[in-house]
Amino acid sequence: MIDFYLHLHPLVQGTLKGLAVICVIFPIAGVCSMAERKVSAWIQGRPGPNRAIVPWAAWIPFIGPFLQKLGVFHVMADGGKMLFKEDSLPGHVNKFYFVLAPIIAMMPALTTVTAVPFGAYLDEAGRVVPIALANVDIGLIAVFAVASLGVYSVILAGWASNSKYPFLGGVRASAQLISYELSMTLSVIPLFLWVNEPGREGTMGFARVVELQSNPGFWGGAWFVFVMPISAFIFMTALFAETNRQPFDMPESEADLVGGFHTEYGAFKWGLFFVAEYSHMLIGSGVFTLLFLGGWNPLPWIPLATLVDWLGVTSPILVGLLSIVIFVTKVLALIFFFMWIRWTVPRFRYDQVMEIGWKKLLPLSLLNLVAYAIGIAVIQS
Amino acid sequence: MNVVESMPPPPKPDLITVNIDGRDVAVPKGTNAIEAARLVGVDVPFYCYHPKLSVVGNCRMCLIEIGMPAVDPATKAPIMDPATGKQRINWIPRPQIGCATNASPGLHIRTNTPQIKDCREGVMEFLLINHPLDCPICDQAGECKLQEQATGYGRGYSRFIEQKVVKPKRTQLGPRVTLDDERCILCSRCIRFCKEIARDDVLGFIDRGSYSTLTCYPGKKLTNNYSLNTVDICPVGALTSTDFRFKMRVWFLKQTNSIDTESSVGANTVVWSREGIIYRITPRRNDEVNDTWMSDSGRELYKQVRSSDRLTAIRVNGIDSSLDVAVQAAAELIRASAGAVAVVGSGRSSVEEQFLTHKLAKLLQAPAGIVSRVGEGDGILISADRNPNVRGALVTGLIQGLPQPKLERLAAGIDAGTIRTVVAINEDLVAAGLTPAQLAKVAIVYLGTHVQPTTAAARVVIPTLTVFEKSGTFVNQQFRLQKFAKAVPGPAGASDDLVALSRLLAALGGGAIPSEINALWSLMAEEVPALKTIAFGRVPATGLQLDPAPWAGLPYVEGETLHYKPAP
Amino acid sequence: MAVIQVERKPLTFAERTYVPQIIAGLVTTWKHLVRRKDTLQYPEQRPAIPPGYRGVPTLVRDPNGREKCVSCQLCEFVCPPKAIRITPGEIPLDAPHAHVERAPQAFDIDMLRCIYCGMCQEVCPEEAIFLQQQYSMSGYTREEFVNNKARLYELGGTLPDQHFKWDKKKSAEERGNEH
Ligand code: SF4
Ligand code: SF4
Ligand code: SF4
Ligand code: FES
Repeated sequence: MIDFYLHLHPLVQGTLKGLAVICVIFPIAGVCSMAERKVSAWIQGRPGPNRAIVPWAAWIPFIGPFLQKLGVFHVMADGGKMLFKEDSLPGHVNKFYFVLAPIIAMMPALTTVTAVPFGAYLDEAGRVVPIALANVDIGLIAVFAVASLGVYSVILAGWASNSKYPFLGGVRASAQLISYELSMTLSVIPLFLWVNEPGREGTMGFARVVELQSNPGFWGGAWFVFVMPISAFIFMTALFAETNRQPFDMPESEADLVGGFHTEYGAFKWGLFFVAEYSHMLIGSGVFTLLFLGGWNPLPWIPLATLVDWLGVTSPILVGLLSIVIFVTKVLALIFFFMWIRWTVPRFRYDQVMEIGWKKLLPLSLLNLVAYAIGIAVIQS
Repeated sequence: MNVVESMPPPPKPDLITVNIDGRDVAVPKGTNAIEAARLVGVDVPFYCYHPKLSVVGNCRMCLIEIGMPAVDPATKAPIMDPATGKQRINWIPRPQIGCATNASPGLHIRTNTPQIKDCREGVMEFLLINHPLDCPICDQAGECKLQEQATGYGRGYSRFIEQKVVKPKRTQLGPRVTLDDERCILCSRCIRFCKEIARDDVLGFIDRGSYSTLTCYPGKKLTNNYSLNTVDICPVGALTSTDFRFKMRVWFLKQTNSIDTESSVGANTVVWSREGIIYRITPRRNDEVNDTWMSDSGRELYKQVRSSDRLTAIRVNGIDSSLDVAVQAAAELIRASAGAVAVVGSGRSSVEEQFLTHKLAKLLQAPAGIVSRVGEGDGILISADRNPNVRGALVTGLIQGLPQPKLERLAAGIDAGTIRTVVAINEDLVAAGLTPAQLAKVAIVYLGTHVQPTTAAARVVIPTLTVFEKSGTFVNQQFRLQKFAKAVPGPAGASDDLVALSRLLAALGGGAIPSEINALWSLMAEEVPALKTIAFGRVPATGLQLDPAPWAGLPYVEGETLHYKPAP
Repeated sequence: MAVIQVERKPLTFAERTYVPQIIAGLVTTWKHLVRRKDTLQYPEQRPAIPPGYRGVPTLVRDPNGREKCVSCQLCEFVCPPKAIRITPGEIPLDAPHAHVERAPQAFDIDMLRCIYCGMCQEVCPEEAIFLQQQYSMSGYTREEFVNNKARLYELGGTLPDQHFKWDKKKSAEERGNEH
């Protein structure tokens, strides 16, 4: 089967990969939205959405009501609503850019996914081979470069909406994203200084990062979150800011800006922003998992290879599935963490956001970089 | 100079000084203590006293302490009180009833001592012993003296645990009055009213003590035309109006001053309405006209407002129309028979309407007249002239002499063909003596409130308002100008008489005449000599006396009534 | 005006990083996350209505089936939003409770106006109107929200009576003035 796939024309392969991405990201975004509502409800002491059910599901004993309680059918209803409700276009907007903005939002969201490996299998030689749609060597740079394009959609939406709140939201988004991108990038440099040890071919890919977290020995098996906690902290914080999640959701803070950049949007166009936000979260969590949480390694100091040994699984497909499950579990846990934080930390004021970005995180990441650079230089030489 | 200031000033009453609760006040000699106290704003509670009835002093609610300045019996020199340096007061140790205490020089009255407080609480307690406490089902609730005095002067709780006396309830005293004997406090106001004012002495008490019961003389009924005044003066809910019974609570009712249109007496009234529906009419005190009384028949007049024969659609040749169209149609009819138009005004129209009617007649150079209505006077508050406003027609110049009961000149004119159009305002021409055949010969423009034979024959019908739905003035038999005010809105389809008349005048080229009453009065003050210097807004609630001299010699039909004596 | 200047406690370094606070917050929200939920699944589960609850105002009968309201119109008067409309009426002489004399001909409460204040119950001298347990009103038209006399009695039912004042009155009437 794999062979058949590999023999297809590259364009067909690409199309299939693209479709796969869409078919995965959209449902995940939907499920995430329901998860968000459920987690919000539980934290607020409510059961959350638990009413909708389709008749055929009601006939299935236990499972039907269980799914109903989980609000699964609300996801369907929401999706249906999002697709079919009237897609209005306000009269005062710049129509071209107004329509363009959500499309632009989707592009980086769907593109970056390709560069993120989400599993691995062992080849005949017993080497770990990462599974990714495009296993490019510049991995992280590609992700950073494309993901930061996402801000253009927000700015464009804010500007094209031609009204005050979206505009303010757009302005906020641009400033915030620039501020935090700096610290984010700086925070991962020590990691790649360490990864690109002298004598080996240089890489910005994720594969080597994960590999370095799956070596035997105490330091070899330690995830980078333990080795570089400050970097992890800065990266995490910046990730919140980059994905516009609370407490950094300045661009759309509903208390002061109604809906921020998407105030004027509705229906499917709004839905695209929504999916883009969740896929940003998804990719951010994936990147974080790869960089700091050992990627597809099940536990610190227990690499995938060891687990496979214990279980005695040999089929590359099974191994691949196992690794994907491990990876996705970590990603989902991180997404849950995003939601958990959302209901724990109140939104910052905009000046606080700027202050944290420029006066706290940036110096901290610089210090962190210098300290680790010296440390790595000492260790590796 | 024809308003009230020109009347000879009333003889100056000799004022004397009395002292009430420490305050000196000058009152006319003979004023009773309750009225004197009222002058200084001191409330002396009472039940049986009524300013227009004789004093009997049987309720004992008005107890006060009185005293006179002390004088030495031998020398007649004032005895001074060394403590205050003022003349000492000899207080009578026992409380006295205020209603029967007349002011005499130097009289001292106290109403706020502990003894008086105790007295009032005691009297209230006795009154309430056998009172059924029916307030939830009693029509008097809300205007009940017993409720008021119990709140103001009662002790607030009852010590009486025995059986209350049982008496007849829901008795029909007469066709219009229902009696609940349990509620009666035996003040005898109703008895005195029947005897002294209505001169129909049918009520009285039977049995003794707490079993005393108000009843009609055997074989008689309280049927006289003033019986409902007993309901008004009954301080409690013992006597209630059968018509108003259980219709509406008084506290929901809006009160509007009005005038009884039954006859030229012009009794002052209050119209009680809620949300555009009139529930009852009661008299309003006017010591120059009707004191505090009015006839039962006058209280029924509100029923005409919502009667089924009310005109509610403007009609032109039998087709529903609008005021503009109707006025144009009327103007065309009138112009078509220029020089052959007659105007029939009404003694039931207000002064303002008669003024406009007069203007209309002058404009058309048409003969104008009103229809007289003569009945028998009852010597109290219904006079022989059953038009409320014949004097108004004299004042405005609509008529020069007194009206005839039948419109004979008009009938002759129609027969002779010299009258081809008649403008009838509020008068039924058939009742005024025209035959249907005569009506058929002329074009009729009719303004009025109810369906009549004339409305069927009329080419143009403009429904107008009853006295309860508009504001205006009447001039009564004493040449007293009295105001009435709009109590309820008119029915849909009816137009204000003044609006209709002024539009008609305008359509006939009479110029713009205001239909708003205050503006109209400025015009009337200019044009009517007798109304010079009068403004509508400044006519007092109890009316304004005009000078009757210009019309003194006319053979008025009225006989003597309560405050009116015909000229000899 | 006394202004008390409160010295602001300087924050420790740990506090200034926010991190301990955020962790404490996460612990708190976690506790909420796993706590049992108190939510009632409304149409299936209904709350227990405590005594003294002020639901929809209703008219009640006494244990002998007599309609207690005498249409005194005090509730109509006191009702702050003017939700009550009463047409008073007379009880005919041959009716079993003729001695009460007065009863409403029509009695409407507009539940779109009613604010459930309970003033009507408070003011009623006959203990005839009660705000009872009924708390949910629904309908498709405005008219459905006007409870007429029949509906008010249906909602109200019969409540125990402490006084039987009119029955006592009737027996006193029958006994007459014997002592
Ligand atoms: S019926 Fe009324 S007015 Fe007549 S005696 Fe009794 S309380 Fe007085
Ligand atoms: S207050 Fe009571 S008795 Fe009076 S009308 Fe209202 S419900 Fe009836
Ligand atoms: S509860 Fe209040 S608002 Fe409702 S009917 Fe009674 S008095 Fe009126
Ligand atoms: S008012 Fe004086 S005794 Fe009744």
